[in-house]
Amino acid sequence: MPERRIRIIDPGLLATVQDTGRTGFQQFGMPAAGAMDRRSLLYGNAILGNEPADAALECTVLGPSLVFKVPCWFCLTGGTVSATLDDEPIPGWQAIYAPAESVLKTGALTEGTRLYVCVGGGIDVAQVMQSRSTYTAAHIGGLDGRALIEDDVLPLGPCFLPPGALITDSVVPQPEGWAPPAVTGPVVRAIPGPQDDMFTDEALTLFFGSAYEIAPQSDRMGYRLIGPALSHIGSADIVSDGTGFGVVQVPGDGQPIVLMADRQTTGGYAKIATVISADLPLLAQARPGSTVRFEKVSVQHAHELSRDAANEFAVFKRALVEQTRSRRASASRYKVSIKGRVYDVTVEPR
Amino acid sequence: MYSPRFLPCGDTALVVEFGNTIDPVLNRKVRRFSQRLASAHIPGVLEIVPTYRSVLVYYDNLLLDWASVVSELSAVAESSEETRTKPERVVSLPVLYGGNMGPDLEKVACHTGLSCEEVIDKHCAPEYLVYMIGFTPGFPYLGGLDPVLATPRLKRPRLRTPQGSVGIGGSQTGVYSIPAPGGFNVIGRTPVRLFDPERAQPFLLEAGDLVRFEPVNQKQYDDIENGQRSLEQQNA
Repeated sequence: MPERRIRIIDPGLLATVQDTGRTGFQQFGMPAAGAMDRRSLLYGNAILGNEPADAALECTVLGPSLVFKVPCWFCLTGGTVSATLDDEPIPGWQAIYAPAESVLKTGALTEGTRLYVCVGGGIDVAQVMQSRSTYTAAHIGGLDGRALIEDDVLPLGPCFLPPGALITDSVVPQPEGWAPPAVTGPVVRAIPGPQDDMFTDEALTLFFGSAYEIAPQSDRMGYRLIGPALSHIGSADIVSDGTGFGVVQVPGDGQPIVLMADRQTTGGYAKIATVISADLPLLAQARPGSTVRFEKVSVQHAHELSRDAANEFAVFKRALVEQTRSRRASASRYKVSIKGRVYDVTVEPR
Repeated sequence: MYSPRFLPCGDTALVVEFGNTIDPVLNRKVRRFSQRLASAHIPGVLEIVPTYRSVLVYYDNLLLDWASVVSELSAVAESSEETRTKPERVVSLPVLYGGNMGPDLEKVACHTGLSCEEVIDKHCAPEYLVYMIGFTPGFPYLGGLDPVLATPRLKRPRLRTPQGSVGIGGSQTGVYSIPAPGGFNVIGRTPVRLFDPERAQPFLLEAGDLVRFEPVNQKQYDDIENGQRSLEQQNA
């Protein structure tokens, strides 16, 4: 039994260990898997001072309950949920200190679809092909290649004081004036192609402009969309080629399917467009039953949006670190004499 | 000179498209390009996925913008023609044909008008080219099935085809690398694991390999399987 560990009391609807994905093996048919909402995982790890690729729990629709067996820092990002630690309400997107044997309880997500429980040091299960991501279809990665169940024990990596934290903190404040990125949104931007030339003009107009409902069977492999049928000029079939994260394939029935984290590496249907990386988090957080509209953008514009997102993230990380300095500066220092002995005392704001 | 098309697949990947058909010469271009690209170690190129007739390249869009990635990949394409592909590797897969391992062998014989023995002979005769690996981890898309053996896929696919099943679906043949739903007519099974996450080299085959099937009997099948199992226990 590892010393640093958490134990699952209730996994919620579907919880798996995910990191930023398995890279380098798609050429062997091994899906990349990884967090559906990669942005929330990266923010959670940054808030804790973790490595960017450290693994977390990805929890779907209904959040988990778990006990921290050792003192630990943790953070909740992604969708919104009411959460308590030992029955005290706690906020999301902030580093929180959990004493040994403390219990985290969450419930149904009120906004978004996926909650990330990030832990200081990361979830330290063994790597398979250099990643801790769970790919359930091949039973690999994470904990025994499967979804988590009651009483599962997960080892943790070594934990340090999060950036911006003072040793006396139990909750690290957010940088002043900062708010978490919007988790959901009705419009998702996409770049036409790679096989947009296999679709009629009418299909392209319909795709970039109609509302599509996310079908209930949507999951980590792909989102089936229900809406105006998209017509191919000829066949829907292509000689199988590579499928990227967010690519929208359209089989003969004209109903689009957006391929997600656990997608097969290659596919034989024409692909009309691909969702941009900056908007994949919005799609990952969209609830089955909700609707989405696609807006056409160019590669160049999408690259600008990626740069903007990266800058926002960099500014946030810097602001977290800066906090420590300003909080220490505003602390008051005193010399206190008690029974002839002199003490240096620092009083810090909570 | 290779002049592929460059097609965006979103903003973090692009397709380098050499053609539109299943053809060994076209596939060799794909492999030459992929090899050349892998050895170029271009900063920002994250992953290379070769397929039948194109290569999907994942890139870091903070390091490479569209113009740069096309420019870098064009240069690689231009110099790819001289790239020598890896020496051909022939992998021989032992197969126990028919019986419980090949529940659809008789159906294939019936459909093709051949005897079961003739089906097995014709299935073992060629050296199949691995065009690409996809569909499931380690699954080889094989080219070269004798057209005489073509048999339509199952009307109702199996919910679970056992790992190692060797099958024919339409004009394709393949080996299931993990249990998966599927419509192939299963004519035999190999004890060799095409995919094993515990192995140092998890994937047995890669694009460009040549595959032969070799018929074995039950005893030989069991020996190979037991040999594999004891190797696993030693390494555990």
